[in-house]
Amino acid sequence: MSRSARIRLFWATAVVFAAVYTLACTGLPHFGTAVHPYGTRAVATSLRQRTANVVSSVNFDQRALDTLGEESILFASVLGTLVLLRRARDERVGPPQAGRVLPSTRLLGLVMVPITLLTGVYIVAHGQLSPGGGFQGGVILATGLHMAYVAADYRVLKRIRPLAVLDLADALGAGAFVALGFAGLIAGGAYLQNVLPLGTFGQLSSGGLVPLLNAAVGVEVGSGIIVLLASFLDQAVEVRPARNSGSGGGT
Amino acid sequence: MSTAVVQEYLIAGALLLVAASATAAALARDPVRQAVLLAVLGLCLTVLFTFLQAPDVALSQLAVGTAVTPLLILLTVRKVRRSTASRHDGDERGQEGGDES
Repeated sequence: MSRSARIRLFWATAVVFAAVYTLACTGLPHFGTAVHPYGTRAVATSLRQRTANVVSSVNFDQRALDTLGEESILFASVLGTLVLLRRARDERVGPPQAGRVLPSTRLLGLVMVPITLLTGVYIVAHGQLSPGGGFQGGVILATGLHMAYVAADYRVLKRIRPLAVLDLADALGAGAFVALGFAGLIAGGAYLQNVLPLGTFGQLSSGGLVPLLNAAVGVEVGSGIIVLLASFLDQAVEVRPARNSGSGGGT
Repeated sequence: MSTAVVQEYLIAGALLLVAASATAAALARDPVRQAVLLAVLGLCLTVLFTFLQAPDVALSQLAVGTAVTPLLILLTVRKVRRSTASRHDGDERGQEGGDES
């Protein structure tokens, strides 16, 4: 297709899209109003399910199947990255170099890594009560661990990062979400239905299935992102192309 | 001024910040600068989501948009630059340092 034809095709689609999108937006509830039909129903349902964080109630109880789909996307993309970035035959692995770090940076890392990891666990565990949950807490756990790379060097990060265990934890977390969904079927309800005892509103053990699903997602996301970053870091820090690869085939 | 009006101004300000940083990220040519601008965009979006009273989304945005995605881009750039540098040994590409926002 020639350049001018491509540009004309773009403008034609852009105009159609703009018209239809504007039309669709006029049908939306107004921005920032106090009454919202879906919000009112979601809040009422999450109060009935004794889950203080309405967003968690929507994500892990009312629309848990959507979250299962999202989580599977993350799992599949981590798996795909691992397959793509596996070591090719014409690559060799060099030892990572020791980095030079200011003592103050090292001290800050030493203090901040445990605090960040604790924050991550807190956010996963309190997903049913306060903003956050498995996904947010999992990402904080994963990024907190990588502070060791900033504050020290790659060898330290490798020592505190049990990759084989995390590979397994990623798969187990994803599997646990699917398995927890069967609790509803066993109890005679629907798949992923919240059939566990709901507990007291505002307590750590409230919400029935919500904290368990949060924990599964936290394990899956946390270990998934560490594994994902590990394959990128290996490529950037350790893996080098072989010295005399005359064929010039890409990696 | 009532709090509702103040809040609307805050949201409008955050939206403008998002538009400005997103435009800057789209216009940047150097991938490294683009990654940094993407992190700034992530931070602006975090502020916007906080003002829109969506702390859950703001937390995810802060962790993924500001930390993980730019890091993945930077690592990829480092890998690509080094493998091209080792393939054409003499070809040294200096970093041009401009001073655009």
